[in-house]
Amino acid sequence: MRTQVKRKKGFAPYLVLGSLITMALVWLFPMFIAFINAFKTPQEFVQNGVLAIPNEWDFSKFGKFWSEVDFTKKLMNSVQVSLLVALIAVFLSFLTAYAIGIGRVKGRTWILGFFMVAFTIPQEALIYPLYSISKTLSLYDNIWSIIIIFGVLSTGFGTYLLSSVMSTFPDELLEAARIDGASPWRILRSIVLPLLRPTLFVLATMFFIFTWNEFLIPLVMLPSNDNQTVTLAMAVTTGQFTSDSTARAAAALIGFMPSVIFFLIFQRTLMRGITMGAVK
Amino acid sequence: MVSFAALVGGAFLYNVYLSFNSWQGIGTPEWVGLENYQNLIQDRVFWVSFLHAFQFIFAMSIAPTAIGILIAALIYDFIARYFGNAISTFLRISLYVPQIIALPIVGMLWAWMLSPNIGVVNTILREIGLGSLALNWLGEARTAMFALSIMMIWIQVGYTIVIFVSGMSRLDPYLDEAAQLDGATWFQRFRIVTIPQLYPEIAVVLLTTTVAALKVFGPVYVMTNGGPGDATQVPAYFSYFHFFSTTRVGYGAAIATVLALLLTALAIGLLRLQRKMGLMR
Repeated sequence: MRTQVKRKKGFAPYLVLGSLITMALVWLFPMFIAFINAFKTPQEFVQNGVLAIPNEWDFSKFGKFWSEVDFTKKLMNSVQVSLLVALIAVFLSFLTAYAIGIGRVKGRTWILGFFMVAFTIPQEALIYPLYSISKTLSLYDNIWSIIIIFGVLSTGFGTYLLSSVMSTFPDELLEAARIDGASPWRILRSIVLPLLRPTLFVLATMFFIFTWNEFLIPLVMLPSNDNQTVTLAMAVTTGQFTSDSTARAAAALIGFMPSVIFFLIFQRTLMRGITMGAVK
Repeated sequence: MVSFAALVGGAFLYNVYLSFNSWQGIGTPEWVGLENYQNLIQDRVFWVSFLHAFQFIFAMSIAPTAIGILIAALIYDFIARYFGNAISTFLRISLYVPQIIALPIVGMLWAWMLSPNIGVVNTILREIGLGSLALNWLGEARTAMFALSIMMIWIQVGYTIVIFVSGMSRLDPYLDEAAQLDGATWFQRFRIVTIPQLYPEIAVVLLTTTVAALKVFGPVYVMTNGGPGDATQVPAYFSYFHFFSTTRVGYGAAIATVLALLLTALAIGLLRLQRKMGLMR
């Protein structure tokens, strides 16, 4: 019995390991192929094709692309929008979730049900009203329009998630604080906030990357070049690079590198957030 | 919270109101009642776009869930157990990377890889002697949906794997051990012991990915503009097209309203189903 089990362990795991590593390499292949072609000279591309590793590494495309697209500006726009959305949304959803999860506001089941339904409404069903309202308020073509919109939309999600986390809080802890005469504000600041700090950080990183990747609403709201985000700029300028294949690879690489770097830094935090979102 | 209700509720109701009007985006909307909806029913493209949305449910929801749960079980039962956490983390990260990149940028990358002459996909097909399969993937109606679907599976699998691996860590190890002692093979244990315990995660994954599948916009915008012809037309792009290209705002609003109602009904239905399955266990 024992030897039988052992023999099974001997071979099967290596087979699994081999297939899964192959799969992972296939999954990474698009990024890899963009990478090697981004550094290839156009001449070498014509000569050796798309699969060849470059003989001479050509960095000139990046400088050219960077200044042509004014990438610094796009990067700053994206950072500003995503950071502000993350901060605003975490702050607001913390306060509202406190009211729902711990303050036990009346009708909270209905409130949570409303949030649940609201998430499924596609942005397409909101975009035209938002577009015409922002024109009336002269927020059109202003990055504050999307900061406000995503701030509010993310707050909905954050409230939903945080209030379900908070409703699992041990009642005794809060009860003890109340008996000691702590005001609701004091409980919020001295008990709930410290305990939830890791969760709030998870939420902030999620909001940051989600907002970074948003496309439809920026596409409609920010027509002028100076206001575009990285995602938007990459998607709408694609057409300009169709002539030169290596330039398109470079554009794709510049487009996805910020997200990938952010992901590698905050990988643990993001994974926690993603699984947290799914459990409740 | 009030601002959330005002923004989502207000904008949605305004959208519903617009769907009963004929409007060019300027001037005063003209009330036409159900006319937009009557036209929708007769519009072939409308039906085609929803058919494609349902095809994306397969590519973004059903296939990634099936693949994801198998890969997650392999990672959890073999890799993490025999080769340690480092390799299992490496696998999860590699497979998750496509999820973290913005969809329009993914679309741009794939459009480049799929280009007929110099694209890497066709280059490889020619190298391995399958030159006859080196098609103009996005340029032909009969292959465009297939090419987009493959890309969607590539994107979505990482999400399902991460959710299922984390779900497996809460399972009862004794059930698995008991089945092992009874002589069940790995696949039998996977099917009979693991999957039923993961029903809650499966329900959540199916719900979120189905909602995402019906909302697809960015890749279609970047890669095909709904074409060639209507071969990759989807509701989200179709409504955008009428909002901003033909400026038949009321018509676009009607499409968006139908999509929103469908999504809500689907979400409520799946949540009900999840609750029922939860009771059955």
